[in-house]
Amino acid sequence: MLRLAWLLPALPFAGFVALALLGRRLPRATATAVGVGSVGLAFAVAVAIGAAWLAAPPAGGAYVQHLWRWFDVAGFAPDVALFVDPLALVMCGVVTGVGFLIHVYATEYMRDEPGYARFFASMNLFVGSMLTLVLADDLLLLYLGWEGVGLCSYLLIGFWYRDAANGRAARKAFVVTRVGDTAFAIALFLIVRELGTLEIDEVLVRAAAQWPAGGTLAILVAALLLAGAAGKSAQAPLQVWLPDAMAGPTPVSALIHAATMVTAGVYLIARMNVLFALAPPVMTAVMIVGAATLLLGAFSALAQRDLKRVLAYSTISQIGYMFLALGVGAWSAAVFHLMTHAFFKALLFLGAGAVLLATHHEGDVLKLGGLRRRLPVTFWTFVIGGAALAGVPLVTAGFFSKDAILWEAWSRGGPVPWAVGLLGAFLTALYVSRVILLTFFGEQKHAAEPERGLRIQLPLVALAALSIGGGWVHGGFDRFLAGDAHGGEALFEVVAAVISLAGVGVAWLAWRRGLWARPDGALQRFWRSGWGFDAVYHTLFVRPYVWFARANARDVFDRGADAIAGLARGGNRLLVASQDGRVRTYVAGLALGAVVLLAIGVIFARPEPAGAETATEVRP
Amino acid sequence: MTSVPTSHVLLLAGTLFAIGLVGLLVRRNVVFMLVSIEVMLNAAGLAFVAAGSHWGQADGQVMFIFVLAMAAAEVSVGLALVLRLHQRFRTVDADAARELGGEGVASPAYGAVAADGGDE
Amino acid sequence: MNVMFYVAAVVAVACTVRVVTHVNGVHALLYFVVSLFAVATIFYLIGAPFVAALELIVYAGAIMVLFIFVVMLLNRGPQSVAQERSWLNPRAWVGPTALSLVLAVEVGILLFAGDLELETQTRVAPKEVGITLLGPYLLAVEIASMLLLAGLVGAYHLGREGGREGGREGAHREPGAGR
Repeated sequence: MLRLAWLLPALPFAGFVALALLGRRLPRATATAVGVGSVGLAFAVAVAIGAAWLAAPPAGGAYVQHLWRWFDVAGFAPDVALFVDPLALVMCGVVTGVGFLIHVYATEYMRDEPGYARFFASMNLFVGSMLTLVLADDLLLLYLGWEGVGLCSYLLIGFWYRDAANGRAARKAFVVTRVGDTAFAIALFLIVRELGTLEIDEVLVRAAAQWPAGGTLAILVAALLLAGAAGKSAQAPLQVWLPDAMAGPTPVSALIHAATMVTAGVYLIARMNVLFALAPPVMTAVMIVGAATLLLGAFSALAQRDLKRVLAYSTISQIGYMFLALGVGAWSAAVFHLMTHAFFKALLFLGAGAVLLATHHEGDVLKLGGLRRRLPVTFWTFVIGGAALAGVPLVTAGFFSKDAILWEAWSRGGPVPWAVGLLGAFLTALYVSRVILLTFFGEQKHAAEPERGLRIQLPLVALAALSIGGGWVHGGFDRFLAGDAHGGEALFEVVAAVISLAGVGVAWLAWRRGLWARPDGALQRFWRSGWGFDAVYHTLFVRPYVWFARANARDVFDRGADAIAGLARGGNRLLVASQDGRVRTYVAGLALGAVVLLAIGVIFARPEPAGAETATEVRP
Repeated sequence: MTSVPTSHVLLLAGTLFAIGLVGLLVRRNVVFMLVSIEVMLNAAGLAFVAAGSHWGQADGQVMFIFVLAMAAAEVSVGLALVLRLHQRFRTVDADAARELGGEGVASPAYGAVAADGGDE
Repeated sequence: MNVMFYVAAVVAVACTVRVVTHVNGVHALLYFVVSLFAVATIFYLIGAPFVAALELIVYAGAIMVLFIFVVMLLNRGPQSVAQERSWLNPRAWVGPTALSLVLAVEVGILLFAGDLELETQTRVAPKEVGITLLGPYLLAVEIASMLLLAGLVGAYHLGREGGREGGREGAHREPGAGR
């Protein structure tokens, strides 16, 4: 069964190729079947592989499938090989499972779009690239998938490319993540130079053997990898692209910018955890980045007015949790939260999409309200998703995963990370309750159409079920992933539960008093702008760069090219002037030419009598 | 048989040619332009004949006959074109027939064409 | 003999000048006929009687008649004379005259640079001309006949009343004139 692993990325890629080449000519039903079917089949394969794994785990806890040799240059010969282990399986399950549900949802959401086939082609390419990323046995192949998902992210953020703002958002996402990607690439160069291979297992083994813990090289490589992960996962200080990425269609936000791609950084650090363990300062940095991002995102989410932007900042904040967990070394807790987060955040995004569908894309929560009667399924599933995000105790997956992180933060990192996490939990409960209250309760301020059909509701219900049930497998999950199970202290669970419930309560009180609808203060504006990062980056990087590019646009080489163009243009003007259509001008030109030719004859005949010479020659 | 210097005959031919050229350049009337061309052709023929006589060869006169044939053909086609031009533009002004104005040049012919096209 | 040549030459030049400057088409053509007579005389004098005869018959006889027909067809009397006068303003003369003068001077310089001061002209009889024409130049004669045929066909085609192609020349620039 494990031999079928190659099908996982191959199926979506095949779907992509079919849709990209034939998309325009295929009828819509066929495009749907190809686009959704390829991901659905991949999900089936992932489930089958997972079942086979659980029935009989392979020796060594990992299965490697060598497909072919990629290239062979000067002893550096990376393979195209797939590496299946519990971590990869979890990621595959999340990507294909959530991806499949979102694809189903998108068939309805994108129903009236002219670029329907293009959308599904990009989505399939994304799923294929993401699976390549998580299954890669080799860092180079991982990097290929890494860049592939970045490309798809760009394509899908800018899906409605006719609006220039979307194109800008897409470019921003691409450029900002590129900063991290460059660091990642440099890390890869360093690894190849120092360790001679990019095969992940081999890298980890050799690194552990050759690099001393806390050594400069290990720190450097780990720091560069962290930069790459931070770029992809929208962690401070590279988080600025994610809120703008909401310009894409909502299914894209759900799949790429909530559930899967943005967690690639978490996956990378989890996968390379041995290497990170060699660099304690970087581990601390991961923790600090996570903690800072967690609070930064949470405060920003509190002040957003746009439904999707709340969720975007919430995503940033939740990935901050995962980084926090990674930073204290609890990578299985991080991956567990990654999974539950994929469920409930995808659910929240899809719910937001359903709201947007009903209200004709009115996303401002202050203009919405009272939608719970109009959109009952959306309301209930959104509440479940929100509860999972807030970590409402016992019944939701988010509670278990967040609790695990908090416990690990306490036991491995001490009181400070734990306190930050707890504050974050409070804020999370606060902002998610605020959004739910403003959107679904109170009086209805905005006209809303009734809910769309089964293809919208089914994914919502399925994800809601996962958001609740996903937490109960916690123990089994830990055993599956790390081989041991951690139990949280009951006291900590109670504290976390009280904190999140307190957040909900405070939000409700504030709503009752109408505090959420009050005009903004300076602090709120500051938070809404995402702590002013955009403005700072604009002044610090964008403006000087644009200035430099402008200044550079007229350099010497350009002037050379311009001169050629000018010459051609001037020549054209001259020739146009000469061709004025008057016969007499042409005759004058002919006459002038004759004069000049004769003049040449005269001048050159003068010094010696050439004419006479000719004459004597010819004379009989 | 005569004592006319060949160079003088050739000089006469050159003078006639130059006068024809002046006419060709100065005149706007297409008929006069054709006449001027005839003058120039005639001058060229004179040069041919003078040279032929100078060397005592018949080739010069033969060339003149060809020039004559060419002039006849040219005049017949040219005059037919003049008639056609007059029919079309109601003028014998050579400049009126220009349509290769290029950008920004207000072509007087254009208005004439449009007016004429309206009549049709 | 010499005197006759110079007289004829002066007449030819004077008449040709009048041809170029005259505003009345018919008068100009009559001057041109006189100029052709003068040139025919010169032909005769330099020993080419056959060509002299051709000059009179073909040029003065046939081609000029053609011109006169056309001028009369297009003549609108005093109106066209006035138009000619307005076209022949003095400033229009400067450039072409200068150009032609330079050309003439150059030709003169080239002529007198060599020693072509031969006094003798050989008389070439029509018989000789005929033998040369239909001997070595036979091919050229055929080509000339074809040229004349082409001229004939072209003139007929262009001159035909209501001929579409001729009438439509240049009409493609006209907006709305679909072919």
